Amino acid sequence: MAAASQSDSAAGKPATTVERTSDRELVVTRTVNGPARLVFEAFAKPELFQQWWTPASFGITVISYEADIRTGGFYRLEMGHPAMEQPMAFFGRYLEVTPPSRMVWTNDEGDDGGAITTVTFEEKDGATLVIVHELYPSKEALDGAIASESTGAWPEQFEALDQLIISLDAEA
Amino acid sequence: MVQFSTSQLDISFSALSDATRRGVLEQLGRGDASITALADRFHMTLTGMKKHVGVLEQAGLVTTEKVGRVRTCKLGLSRLAEETAWIEDYRRLWAARFDALDQIVETLKQKETDDGRSQSE
Repeated sequence: MAAASQSDSAAGKPATTVERTSDRELVVTRTVNGPARLVFEAFAKPELFQQWWTPASFGITVISYEADIRTGGFYRLEMGHPAMEQPMAFFGRYLEVTPPSRMVWTNDEGDDGGAITTVTFEEKDGATLVIVHELYPSKEALDGAIASESTGAWPEQFEALDQLIISLDAEA
Repeated sequence: MVQFSTSQLDISFSALSDATRRGVLEQLGRGDASITALADRFHMTLTGMKKHVGVLEQAGLVTTEKVGRVRTCKLGLSRLAEETAWIEDYRRLWAARFDALDQIVETLKQKETDDGRSQSE
C-alpha cells in the first residue's frame, strides 16, 4: 500500500512530492535550481543547514544544534515549538557523506531504532533533483510515526469538511 | 501500488455529492448510530443505507465497527485518510524546507558569480 502527495506548482515553484513507496519507506523529491555541489553544501554545512531545515513558517525554532558532518560524525538538534512543553531532540550519526552526491544518516531519537535517511543529489542541466529516502526499521515503526503525529491535524480536517458540506448544501 | 493523492479527493467529493450521505454525516456528528437506526431515520432499506455507509467508509469519512450483530457507524478518519493527511502535512513541511533551501542556494550561486568576477578583475 502506498500513499502519495504532490504539491500544486501553480505558484511557479517546483513540486515537492512525498510518497509512501512501501510499508517501510517514504520518499520525498524536489528539484532545486542550482548545481549539486551548492545544494549539497546547503545540506552539509551546519551553519547553512540550520537556516532551512526548521522552517520559520511552521513556528519551529532551533534551540541548539551541533553537527560534525562527515562519514562517522554525529549530530544533535534540539527544536522548540509553542505547542510543545519540552524541546524535541533529534540525534544520530552520519553513515556516509560523499560530496556532492550522497548523504546517509541515522535517526536515533526513537526508542527502538529509528529510520535511516538517504539523500541523493542528481544534477541535470544546472538543476539538482534531491531525493530523500527514509527507511523505517519496520512497518509498525512507520505506521506508529504516522499515528502519533497525525492526530493534531484532525480538528483542522473536520473544519475543512464542515466548510465543504456547508458549501455543497448551499449549492443543492 | 495504490496512489490516492487526487483520486482520494475524488472519492471524498463524490461521497459528499449525495444529500442523504451528507445527512448521515450530520447525524453521526450528533452521535454514533447503527446502520439500522440510520436506515430508519432516512426512511431507507437496510441494503440502501449499507451502500451509502460503504461509500462514506471508502472515502474515509466514516468508520464502522461490528459488535455482535450490530454495525455501529461513527465519524472518523480511516487509517488511509489519516495517512493521506499525515503525508500532506509532511509534504508541506518539506516544501517549506525546500523553499528556504532555494534561497540559500541562490545566495551561494550569487556569491560564486561575484567571486568569479572579482578573480577575473
